[in-house]
Amino acid sequence: MNPSIVLGIIGSTVILVVLFEMLRRRHLREKYAVVWFLVALASMTVTIFPDLLNVSARAVGVEVPVNLLFFAASMILLVLALQHSYELGRLEEKSRTLAEEVALLRLELDQRLSPPSEPEHPGGSATSPEDGR
Amino acid sequence: MTGTREPRSRPQRVLIIVPAWNEQDALTQTLQDIASSGEAVHVLVVDDGSTDSTATVAADAGALVCSLPFNLGVGGAMRTGYRYALRHGYDAAVQFDADGQHDARYLSPLIDQLVDHDLVIGARFAGEGVPYRVSPARRAAMKILAVALSRMARTTLTDVTSGYRAANARAMRVFAAHYPAEYLGDTVESTVIAVRAGCQIGQYPVEMRVRQGGVPSQTSARALLYLVRAGVALVLALVRRWPAVDEDDAVEPTVPTAHQARTPHRRHDEPRGEQP
Repeated sequence: MNPSIVLGIIGSTVILVVLFEMLRRRHLREKYAVVWFLVALASMTVTIFPDLLNVSARAVGVEVPVNLLFFAASMILLVLALQHSYELGRLEEKSRTLAEEVALLRLELDQRLSPPSEPEHPGGSATSPEDGR
Repeated sequence: MTGTREPRSRPQRVLIIVPAWNEQDALTQTLQDIASSGEAVHVLVVDDGSTDSTATVAADAGALVCSLPFNLGVGGAMRTGYRYALRHGYDAAVQFDADGQHDARYLSPLIDQLVDHDLVIGARFAGEGVPYRVSPARRAAMKILAVALSRMARTTLTDVTSGYRAANARAMRVFAAHYPAEYLGDTVESTVIAVRAGCQIGQYPVEMRVRQGGVPSQTSARALLYLVRAGVALVLALVRRWPAVDEDDAVEPTVPTAHQARTPHRRHDEPRGEQP
């Protein structure tokens, strides 16, 4: 057996096992696991059937088949990195909103726990705010 | 009240929002200034994750203190403030820097201007007092921004990067829902958002004091970088989609607090989409 095939199979198998284990322990959410599962599956397919790569390289006009592999791999990694940036941005926005709400709730709680100490005019101004109209 | 263009009455319940990040030294003086301005206002200090005793200093001075668990930047602090103002039925909110840069003497005229406008910017370079000192390059950058935003707002704005601004309930609702957290988002982008939400923008000339600490950037490279970032903020604000604000009910007024239950006040009476 060609050593490179063995390497490819071992690599994809390791990814699949790790994926399964992480999913089992709830360390990975399904929506992220799907992509990695597809990546592992694709790399295993290409390892077992190298002709698949040669045929598709010829079809799209890439002279060295392995370059097609590198191109596809880098594109997949790029898209995944982009997806993570997007998720990160969403999380930041969510944590920002939560932080704001926590601060407002804390103020609300303080006011409820100690209403008498809370001054009627926090600005300390001499005149009174005409709030009851 | 806020959806119309008829002349409105001067806002009665005004909240001064003071975003403060490690401002324990300047804060007491700032709060005293506000208190001596003669305006009957409530002051909310939004402690933006300070590591010093900003919150204690503010509370001792009699202000309401809202402590963010970590630093969010001016944008986050201000959105918190606007949400508080909206939920507690304030008619107007004024953004006021903690570092002593803003002069409380201009509070009254800024609030006066809310009769005709939804958002009033306290503008430097508008003829009042000593010229505010910035490097020529940065000044040019600010000028370009001012011209661009003036065209959009269909009014003359000379200083769109000023953080001294008063907002009525209509603008408050816009800002409570969308107040950008990015650099320059709190000034340039928020102004664009207000314009696009249909707010009428105005300005009032103010004189600003020199900041207590911190050296203003003086090199042209810095100014160029500033212009690029401001340009990016401007372009992004223009091409971004903002949900219609009058239908936006993301921020519902909460139940009045024990303190406020004693002093009934007007609630927002606009029709709102019901949210269960």
